[in-house]
Amino acid sequence: MGDHHHGPAKGISRWLFTTNHKDIGTMYLWFSFAMFLLGGFFAMVIRAELFQPGMQLIEPGFFNQMTTLHGLIMVFGAIMPSFVGLANWLIPMMIGAPDMALPRMNNWSFWILPPAFLMLASTLFMEGGAPAFGWTFYAPLSTTYAAPSVTFFIFAIHILGVSSIMGSINIIATVMNMRAPGMTYMKMPLFVWTWLITAFLLVAVMPVLAGAVTMMLMDIHFGTSFFSAAGGGDPVLFQHIFWFFGHPEVYIIILPAFGVVSQIIPAFSRKPLFGYASMVYATASIAFLSFIVWAHHMYTVGMPVAGELFFMYATMLIAVPTGVKVFNWITTMWRGALSFETPMLFCIGFLVLFTLGGFTGLMLSIAPADFQYHDTYFVVAHFHYVMVAGAVFSMTAAIYYWLPKWCGRMYNESMGKTHFWISFIGFNITFFPQHFVGLAGMPRRIPDYALQFADFNMMSSIGAFIYGASQLLFLFNVIATIVAGKRVSEEKVWDGAEGLEWTVATPAPYHTFEEPPAVPRPAGTI
Amino acid sequence: MGRNFSAAALVLFAPLVGAENQINMSPGVTEIGVSIFELHMLIMWICVAIGVLVFGAMFYSIYAHRKSKGHQASQFHESTKVEVAWTVVPFLILIAMAFPATSTLLDVYDNDDSELDILITGYQWKWKYEYLDASGETVSFFSNLATSQEEIYNTREKGENYLLEVDEPLVIPTHTKVRFLITANDVIHSWWVPEIAVKRDAIPGFINEAWTRVPQEGIYRGQCTELCGAYHGFMPVEVHAVSRDEFDRWMAAKRGVAAAQNALAMQTLSVDELMDQGQRVYAAACLACHGAGGEGGVGKAIAGSPIVLGDIATHMAVVANGVPGSAMQAFGAQLSAVEMAAVLTYQRNAFGNNTGDVVQPGDVTGTKNG
Ligand code: HEC
Ligand code: HEM
Ligand SMILES: [Cu+2]
Ligand SMILES: [Cu+2]
Repeated sequence: MGDHHHGPAKGISRWLFTTNHKDIGTMYLWFSFAMFLLGGFFAMVIRAELFQPGMQLIEPGFFNQMTTLHGLIMVFGAIMPSFVGLANWLIPMMIGAPDMALPRMNNWSFWILPPAFLMLASTLFMEGGAPAFGWTFYAPLSTTYAAPSVTFFIFAIHILGVSSIMGSINIIATVMNMRAPGMTYMKMPLFVWTWLITAFLLVAVMPVLAGAVTMMLMDIHFGTSFFSAAGGGDPVLFQHIFWFFGHPEVYIIILPAFGVVSQIIPAFSRKPLFGYASMVYATASIAFLSFIVWAHHMYTVGMPVAGELFFMYATMLIAVPTGVKVFNWITTMWRGALSFETPMLFCIGFLVLFTLGGFTGLMLSIAPADFQYHDTYFVVAHFHYVMVAGAVFSMTAAIYYWLPKWCGRMYNESMGKTHFWISFIGFNITFFPQHFVGLAGMPRRIPDYALQFADFNMMSSIGAFIYGASQLLFLFNVIATIVAGKRVSEEKVWDGAEGLEWTVATPAPYHTFEEPPAVPRPAGTI
Repeated sequence: MGRNFSAAALVLFAPLVGAENQINMSPGVTEIGVSIFELHMLIMWICVAIGVLVFGAMFYSIYAHRKSKGHQASQFHESTKVEVAWTVVPFLILIAMAFPATSTLLDVYDNDDSELDILITGYQWKWKYEYLDASGETVSFFSNLATSQEEIYNTREKGENYLLEVDEPLVIPTHTKVRFLITANDVIHSWWVPEIAVKRDAIPGFINEAWTRVPQEGIYRGQCTELCGAYHGFMPVEVHAVSRDEFDRWMAAKRGVAAAQNALAMQTLSVDELMDQGQRVYAAACLACHGAGGEGGVGKAIAGSPIVLGDIATHMAVVANGVPGSAMQAFGAQLSAVEMAAVLTYQRNAFGNNTGDVVQPGDVTGTKNG
């Protein structure tokens, strides 16, 4: 026990048995980056096939396996674990706690992930191939008509659900119990707030997802007919259950990203966050609304018109708190003293592109118009604007922003800026034209398309290769920083940064806040 | 040489030259299509206006409030008035948007008083159209992708309507309220024709309704928009809207063909007739998987197959009911008794399978009219 206070164990056992929130955060981040590259590789395969009309490289069945695995891995393997990693690193440091409340469970919630994804990826080599029913896995395509590998898919979903629930319970327990004296709820940094709310969403909806896949399992192997009309069930029931999970899920992805942006924009504006309290209330109301809008993904399934109207009005309402957030961020920048280091560039990229995604979201919420948009590339464009330019850009900003604190070395700024510009341009070349082809009538999830969509698809593919390549530059920059970056030692790496994590030494010691800190009253909180 | 070169260039760049790049939704030809289009444009312009304000403020701030210009940060961080305003104003804008949206939606749902009912059934990977008629004389047919494998696999130049053409289109009369009853036989599909603004999911075991009234003759093309398996990208929709007269003529001709088939079903056909028709059915429905010479491919070989050489009843059962869990579908509901008899006879006598067996329409059970 004696060396407990001095530092980590040596060798592989440090990582296998660690209960340290920083180690576990690091592992989550590397794992999610690996998944990001794998899911990205699948995306490159998809875009290569779609480069021209006609089938060139892969078969239609395999194309569907690629889109399915791409979606599943990006959502469950890349974006979600990356924010859990960030939470692990930052929440204890932001609230002045020595570690997470449940450190052993923390170790488990990470270590069950790699086997789950290994199993999911291994379905590619199974008879009948990997799951090919889309990341939304609608029954009966995913039950009666699925390849045998679907059973492994179900098992993988269960495991990562368990991991998410454990992670969330840990975050809730930490935030509720481990805040330093004086760190009241309304003094918590927004990143902590958004994660607290996200964790409640996760605990509420992951069991619903588990229920959905369990019902699939029963239909496939035990002769039930939850989702089969022939046996008295209903395929649309699956969609209701899935989207009751699925819509909150998209906010699970974006709320922590909102939190990150709310930390970084004030730092580089050198001005407190505008409307802290309204940010908290907006987050909470988005979370609440996210439970009552799910059927906006199902406008074309033939719901009664009263149902359509209800879901349309509720969905339109979400634009209000989302708008409040955007207005608050921009007012934070207003009359600040702005500077444009890489994290700030990614946040501004986030602001512009996420807002565009919000606009298309508002358009999609209009049920009669959605009859024309639904399941076309317009939807693909919408959700990539919110998920890539939203969640992934903010995650990238977070890495650049906190990396110097984590490893005591500064990244290469001009490489970072180059990464931003290539990403920003590549992203827009990829996804902007998808609005056009979607409106012009190109359905999503097709391996081949009519000739009038050819030009924009080629453009999209070129953009995708550019965006993909820029991530390798990011990887290089991060590794170069950790190995040989210029050393920094001041506690406040950024002059405008606020918060307890900037009061500890740089690089952050293995153990922080073993004694609770005195909590300053950050400007802008009430 | 010059000609050849420009021809080659034309093939290479056909997608670039040939296509005009549509970037917006098409209002299409129907009233509902137009009102959806107007809604779409209205909301888009509202978004553009908000965007100009928001991004305008942001870019101004980025330009004017830079640290590098020596701008000093002010420290204000809340203002109840402003915050209430930008909660309430968007809310009012949304309420304004809700009115036209609601009325268009109610129109979409107004399925009453149709003059013609058509049952649309999605199959992996084709559509079946049935004209429901009170007299019980239902006309029905399948509509398959007509684009050739050579075009898809790039060994032949792609035609103008690549992937959007079918062997037998849906024919509807203009100026008539047509109601579609939409369902599916296997997985969920979705029937979409952008130009007439109809998209509705086809769900096995349930029937959805949609309707249209097309004022203008023409050919309207669409696709399946719900992932339905490997060939989801290859099940287009083609609708021909024709004048009432032409529609009636077409309908009469269809009825005539159906009646002739029914009459055939009562008769004993000659081996040649059966082989002849069987070859046609085989080429249209089986060849893609079982090969031109019965050598197999996606499907098992027909040449020398123990099932084909064996008992007729088993052979018929396989074709009528399919092989669950494989690509071999149930053809019972898709083939008439004559077609079934013909394709069975053909398989049992072609590809060196010379069994000498003849299956007559009267022997057929388990098909849609046998
Ligand atoms: C989409 C591909 C596909 C099409 C189209 C198709 N089949 Fe098949 N067929 C298969 C497959 C796959 C099998 C093997 C099923 C198994 O036993 O696993 C098969 C098996 C068969 C068999 C049994 C062969 C044996 O030796 O077990 C017969 C007979 C047959 N098909 C007839 C037909 C006829 C007649 C048609 C056209 C009306 C047709 N098939 C169209 C895919 C197809
Ligand atoms: C202003 C807020 C938003 C509104 C009003 C909105 C609305 C919608 C609607 C109506 C759809 C269904 C479209 C269709 O399938 O026809 C949709 C799809 C989608 N949205 Fe949003 N959205 C918003 C923000 C977000 C955010 C923040 C995310 C995630 C970070 C997100 C992720 C998605 C995804 C992943 C889909 C597609 C799911 C699929 O079918 O595969 N959206 N959105
Ligand atoms: Cu949603
Ligand atoms: Cu389909």
